[in-house]
Amino acid sequence: MKGWTGKLRAFALLGFVALVLSACGKENLTALDPKGYGADQSLYLIILTTIIMLFVLAVVMIVYTIVLIRYRKKKGQEDYIPKQVEGNRTLETVWTVIPIILLLIIAVPTVTATFDLADESAASDSLNIDVTGNQYWWHFNYDGQEVQTSQDLYIPVGERVYLNMMSSDVIHSFWVPTIAGKMDVNPENENTMYIEAHEEGVYWGKCAEFCGPSHSLMDFKVIAVSPEEFDQWLNDMQNADPEPEPENAVAQEGQSLFEENNCMSCHAIGSSSASIGPNLTNYGNRSTLAGVEDLNKENLVDWIMDPEALKPGNKMTGQYPEVSENEAGKIAEYLLQLDETDITPESAGNE
Amino acid sequence: MSTVASQKRGFGAVLWDYLTTVDHKKIAHLYLFGGGFFFLLGGLEAMIIRIQLAVPENDFVSAGFYNELLTMHGTTMIFLAAMPLLFALMNAVVPLQIGARDVAFPFLNSLGFWLFLFGGLILNLSWFLEGAPDAGWTAYAPLSVTSPGHGVDFYVIGLQIAGAGTLIAGINFLVTIINMRAPGMTYMRMPLFTWTTFVTSVLILFAFPALTIGLFLLMFDRMFGSAFFDVGLGGNSIIWQHLFWIFGHPEVYILILPAFGIFSEIFATFSRKRLFGYTAMVFATILIAFFGFMVWAHHMFTVGLGPVANSIFAIATMAIAVPTGIKIFNWLATMWGGRITINTSMLWALGFIPSFTIGGMTGVMVAAVVADYQYHDTYFVVAHFHYVIVGGVVFGILAGLHYWWPKMFGRVLHEGMGKLTFWTFFIGFHLTFFIQHFLGLMGMPRRYWVFLENQGLDTGNMISTIGAFFMAFGVVVMLINVVYTALKGEKAADDPWDGRTLEWTMASPPAEYNFKQAPLVRGLDPLWIEKTEGKGQLTPAEPLGDIHMPNASFLPFLMSLGLFIAGFGFIYQVDYDWAYILLFAGMAMTLGCMLIRSLKDDHGYHIPKDELEREAD
Repeated sequence: MKGWTGKLRAFALLGFVALVLSACGKENLTALDPKGYGADQSLYLIILTTIIMLFVLAVVMIVYTIVLIRYRKKKGQEDYIPKQVEGNRTLETVWTVIPIILLLIIAVPTVTATFDLADESAASDSLNIDVTGNQYWWHFNYDGQEVQTSQDLYIPVGERVYLNMMSSDVIHSFWVPTIAGKMDVNPENENTMYIEAHEEGVYWGKCAEFCGPSHSLMDFKVIAVSPEEFDQWLNDMQNADPEPEPENAVAQEGQSLFEENNCMSCHAIGSSSASIGPNLTNYGNRSTLAGVEDLNKENLVDWIMDPEALKPGNKMTGQYPEVSENEAGKIAEYLLQLDETDITPESAGNE
Repeated sequence: MSTVASQKRGFGAVLWDYLTTVDHKKIAHLYLFGGGFFFLLGGLEAMIIRIQLAVPENDFVSAGFYNELLTMHGTTMIFLAAMPLLFALMNAVVPLQIGARDVAFPFLNSLGFWLFLFGGLILNLSWFLEGAPDAGWTAYAPLSVTSPGHGVDFYVIGLQIAGAGTLIAGINFLVTIINMRAPGMTYMRMPLFTWTTFVTSVLILFAFPALTIGLFLLMFDRMFGSAFFDVGLGGNSIIWQHLFWIFGHPEVYILILPAFGIFSEIFATFSRKRLFGYTAMVFATILIAFFGFMVWAHHMFTVGLGPVANSIFAIATMAIAVPTGIKIFNWLATMWGGRITINTSMLWALGFIPSFTIGGMTGVMVAAVVADYQYHDTYFVVAHFHYVIVGGVVFGILAGLHYWWPKMFGRVLHEGMGKLTFWTFFIGFHLTFFIQHFLGLMGMPRRYWVFLENQGLDTGNMISTIGAFFMAFGVVVMLINVVYTALKGEKAADDPWDGRTLEWTMASPPAEYNFKQAPLVRGLDPLWIEKTEGKGQLTPAEPLGDIHMPNASFLPFLMSLGLFIAGFGFIYQVDYDWAYILLFAGMAMTLGCMLIRSLKDDHGYHIPKDELEREAD
């Protein structure tokens, strides 16, 4: 008998743990398995407040259950008239004072953490990156480094990186749940937050402020690599050739088409600060196409031919002459071999 | 002109009666059907949203249409469903609870309803006219300013007109409760539902002007070339967020406080006990309302207001949990030692306690700024406010409807169907929204048209969608219940629940003049006092005399219709010159009706004393 219940208990425990783990969500996306400074702070407060609030809920539910069991109308009680109680000063004081104490327990660490995460004193000695939110993509300009990139944000692991964020159109919100909480990206003022990743990895980022039809498709990545790899990446990007020599004839044709079709008026290659459209310097290394699709030639051809089908309301649709599938293929060939650096998402260890 | 005239009348006569009525009880019916209609519409939108999100990367609806759906779901549920349904109950009950013959301004009462209805119609006609608003119910600038088409214009004009109706209704209840209480009905003897209506009306009075201003600025930006929110021209888009939430947060309390009032009545009645800690309950209500104006920036923790502002608003927000907690414990203490009858109405109230406590819990959790950096704009927040608004407000409305349906319509809603609705809706509600707390923390932001595959979000979303179908089933049963009750429902007694307050002293439904003679109120729960002293009815406070009644009027309908027409003029004058005809004709109609109302004396009529005496026999 004993063994049987023990086994059952073990199973129940195992099932519960599995449930909890699966409830944590996908690695490097979920906020419940943090790998960065800000996300650690948030999770600490989330757990603290949850425990205190579950205690309150438990008290309420215990009283509630007792009330429902003991005081539900029973047979023969039809005419029973309960004592009409006006109130009870002691009880009422108790359930006023105890919540105040519980809230103070929450308030103190909340305020401390709020000031901690708003601390900008180390900003001038740290890596600063200007982040621009656009419908529906992200641009990153490494302050003082002459490096521009889009969609994939490379940062050195274990270092505080300050993000100075502004929007070029409507309000967006920069959120990489596993590393840090979110900060709005406003059109009128620069917001600063810092992020610090504890582990190398490719972290999912999402836009969290409703910004139009493709709001749900404005994903980006934060790629945390070792400091050495990061320095190499910066170096490679700084020295990237704005007019790279294509590797083969098809790509060569693609490059001509890229120039003929006006792509250059929005997309920069190299460290030019032009950012009407995403910077394409290391396009071949991107973790995804347009933030959400697998990066391969087939998808890229589809995207070039009809961006609206993938991202409704994007600003690229209609900005260039119609291209044939053949032409799009050549452009795709050209773009996919733009890999000016050996530091890629794979460098971060996990995908 | 008396209740005897309620024999069978033709459809036209009934319609005309409702179009022109100034009787608070009939206006309550109008609010109920208007609000009920929009509730079904908002529910339909919610179902399409949940179907779209049942599986990853679904293409059941397009991105643009999805944004219209989520915008209209929120706007409809808050402005066109929850508020009017509460107004329905307030109109039906508050004058009766304070021993009044009607509200202070019956004409304005009717005007308030028609403004709401026409505002709601404008908003929803956008579906058929180039598309509905698509910038979210919060309509954040610059997205709302730059949103193409006329969708957001419909939002601005529709809400402006409906909002005027709400403001009028709020002022009306304030004046009614201050001035029209029966002899002996002091403030501290008012039933809690009357108290919460009173406090809610104060909130409406101070909160809605902020929305009105915000909407005007947005209207000028979109239609008349101003640049209040245009950063490029020196404007500031954050101001919209402040204006919106200075209105928007009190709005949450505008919705929940009346629900608290409803529960207070129901717990006391079905526990057969007076409300525990009445004074504390009243002051908790006032305190919640007061704090409600000082916490708006907790919707804006991630905007970048800085740590000082964020900390202050966090602590102010947490403080609200104290009076709310007092209320929860007072309700439990009311039931403690009572004799609890569980029927559908009480079931909703009992379902409210755990649901709302969870909503309050997560409310404190989102107030912790740094934790909110993760919660903000995710499904965690979606879960939180649905626990508060559905678990609090919708449960409250449904509890109140089952409780007062006999008084409003003279028939009792069917218990079996009522319980079926409760259980399916209650289970569906938790199934839909509980899992969303986790979805948010697992990385699902709100207002997402699609979520991607392989992000661990599939199961949670599927569960949520299944839950939504349970809720929809519950609502359908409720509808059947309403129709069944109207046709075959059991006739209601005057006092079916062994009530404690004044509304249960009169016929179900009451005569058009409510009280033949104003009652003499001798304490809290006046009817209960008379019952315990063996009298069972209230002593009249005045001799029987002629009753002065207001005349019905078609003017409120016409005034609102004028603004409705002018609204289209405002929206379309941007594109077409002919729209100015609508604009000026509509405004002329409204102003003309106002002129007629001002110039033409309307003294109402009297129900003579002898007719009242005859009825008594």
